[in-house]
Amino acid sequence: MFEPKIICFFCKWCTYAGADLAGTSRKQYAPNGVVLRVNCSGRIDPQHILWAFREGADGVLIGGCHPGDCHYQDGNYNTMRRVSIMKPMLEALGIEPDRLCLEWISAAEGDKVVRVMDEFVETVRDLGPLDLDLTDRLSGAEAPEGAEVVEQKS
Amino acid sequence: MEHRIGVFVCHCGSNIAGVVDVKRVAEQLADYPGVAYSTDYLYMCSDPGQNMVKDAIKKHSLTGVVVSACSPTLHEATFRRAGAASDLNQYRVEMANIREHCSWVHRGDKEKATEKAIKIIKTMIEKVKQNEALEPISVPMTHRALVVGGGIAGIQAALDIANAGHDVVLVEKSPSVGGHMAQLSETFPTLDCSQCILTPKMVEVSQHPRIRLLTYCEIDDVSGYVGNFKVRIRKKAAYVNRDVCNGCGLCVEKCPRTVASEFEEGLATRKAIYTPFAQAVPNKPVLDRDNCTYFESGKCGICQKICPVNAVDYEQKDEFIEEEVGAIVVATGFDLYPVVNIGEYGGGSIEDVVTSLQFERLLSASGPTGGEVRRPSDGKIPKEVVFLTCVGSRDPENHVSYCSKVCCMYLTKHAMLYKHNVHDGQAYVFYMDVRTGGKGYEEFYQRATEEDDVLYLRGKVSKLFEEDGKVMVWGVDTLTGRKVEIAADLVVLGLAMVPNSTAVELSKKLKIQVSEWGFYSEAHPKLRPVESLAPGFYLAGAAQGPKDIPDAVAQASASASKVCALFSEKEYHREPIVAWIDEDECSGCKVCISVCPYDAIEFDSEKGISRIQEAICEGCGACIAACPSATIQQRNLTDSQLYKMVSAALED
Repeated sequence: MFEPKIICFFCKWCTYAGADLAGTSRKQYAPNGVVLRVNCSGRIDPQHILWAFREGADGVLIGGCHPGDCHYQDGNYNTMRRVSIMKPMLEALGIEPDRLCLEWISAAEGDKVVRVMDEFVETVRDLGPLDLDLTDRLSGAEAPEGAEVVEQKS
Repeated sequence: MEHRIGVFVCHCGSNIAGVVDVKRVAEQLADYPGVAYSTDYLYMCSDPGQNMVKDAIKKHSLTGVVVSACSPTLHEATFRRAGAASDLNQYRVEMANIREHCSWVHRGDKEKATEKAIKIIKTMIEKVKQNEALEPISVPMTHRALVVGGGIAGIQAALDIANAGHDVVLVEKSPSVGGHMAQLSETFPTLDCSQCILTPKMVEVSQHPRIRLLTYCEIDDVSGYVGNFKVRIRKKAAYVNRDVCNGCGLCVEKCPRTVASEFEEGLATRKAIYTPFAQAVPNKPVLDRDNCTYFESGKCGICQKICPVNAVDYEQKDEFIEEEVGAIVVATGFDLYPVVNIGEYGGGSIEDVVTSLQFERLLSASGPTGGEVRRPSDGKIPKEVVFLTCVGSRDPENHVSYCSKVCCMYLTKHAMLYKHNVHDGQAYVFYMDVRTGGKGYEEFYQRATEEDDVLYLRGKVSKLFEEDGKVMVWGVDTLTGRKVEIAADLVVLGLAMVPNSTAVELSKKLKIQVSEWGFYSEAHPKLRPVESLAPGFYLAGAAQGPKDIPDAVAQASASASKVCALFSEKEYHREPIVAWIDEDECSGCKVCISVCPYDAIEFDSEKGISRIQEAICEGCGACIAACPSATIQQRNLTDSQLYKMVSAALED
């Protein structure tokens, strides 16, 4: 069975803590995602998302605070706008927009972390591996400053 | 710089090692580029574990450390201290969360969990490689605390902080301090009179030279950060100038309008202009405009006419008070679960089915019946009284899943006090389990059953309904397996404790986390039980979870000591994980200024560039993501670090 690789950018105030809660509650979910902790989902730049796809991610999951609950007042609204701009952009690049997912998950919602993680893995699994031709196409582009292309995966 | 990273893989007993092959992880990472040393140990956070880290830093000249263990929320500070003890800059120590985010959630697949643990650790190795050595940023701190909520927890926290020599602003939304404790008759397990132990404290907070007591006030807005909060407090229009009022009570006496009293839980009335109870602090009235004849029709105005000091002011408006504080204690308390939701018990429509707080008022010497237990419908002394535990609690299908912790004890107290009042009466308690954890609690329960003949029946009551002036109780005694029917004169519901109705809204203003049921979340359930995850916020009392008076007081004092520890330093040391602008690259487009929620970025018009004020920056990263030329970076979470972390996570 195809095991998608998922990059998760989780806000440390909400979704990251929600994932901690899922852990302390011993909830079980698919092991496909690796979580990167950021101070705010609004820290995530479109380039981070594109870079993840280029580096072999089959899906990118962003977890932020519920609207109105941002620890930094309104960072999550920036994320929301960015993701809505990103979706048609991904489509234009030939990446299914469903490979990018933004979810609002609070620190109290360990259950939601589990549900979202499992559902997203299934969604991406149904989409199949990210089209390699496309990755090649993206590989032609220069790496952003500070990034380095590592050996390409199978 | 040559990287010499140390990787320390914790077994956490079997918590990690039971799922993740820790030996393999440590071995495999020993070969990862930049790793100079890699090992595993049973408990990394223990003294020998920390010593391993300290020794290895010196022995292997490590430039960075990745402790692969639990969530950074738990032990980041521990290992940063360990690093610093070996002269490794604390910001070159990172945690890889392979417990909460890996071993605990992937127990079914050890192989995949092991692979994932390796990936998680690799991301942190890549991060630490580029971590700068930083120093905390010192900012001035306001040594004044805000306490929200004037119940017993808030009162205790305010007194403790003030007695330690710091100024306190105590904000209470109702006209008086005292909270629910002021409504109680006696308290378990000592049967101390609640008023007798509470009212002196209420007076003390109102007279303490270091406490500014703001009753009938609410938090409108909070900005800033630990050490430097700016709080806007809404002083609700009381239509009485409470600074002028001398509390003579003439207005209350003459007011022609009566409405149900909140303090008496609807069992008695109050006037439209009122003090909630006789021992209120401050003992000065407020006017309830929703129930005032003057506000309805423009007529009446008796209170204004009669006031000897002209304190009644119908034109009064809400006012705003600005306060600067360094720490905030949240003690907003609880409400009872709405009885209207319990349809099988009448949903509040049966007069002689009362809530636990109503029964407290019926027992109280200052209550509507002067302490004689008389039922609401006809004022008769009830001879058969049934007490129900777990009404709403421990019912995940229909109501709340948690145990409200105090109901077993206060219903025992209720039954006991009822028997002390009505010697020939019979008290029944229907229970699921009798939970008497606490000093002297089990003995108290034994006393109720043995000395006061309270009859405990193990089972749930399925239905309550009225019949011939009685409340019919249909239940079951699961120990004998028999159906039980009691024609009761009065039924008391031990309703679940839920967070105060304002709690969730306040949490949004304070930007602190709440749990599933709306109780404020502590930073760690065991080791940081009185702090919020957001720095500078401390939790006290039932706002954090159901608890009784001793626990609420203990937690309030604990919060106060945390505040005092914070205030023990002149300045606050903030995390230096802030944004910075490369001045040579900045084009001066000012996009960053428009997205910064803290006005932390100033524009240098001479050089035509933006500049971040580190002392104000909160490190949210909004400006970094918005900067069109990638000129802004976050210390120790640069774009370059994020790229490398992404790559590491995806590497096979």
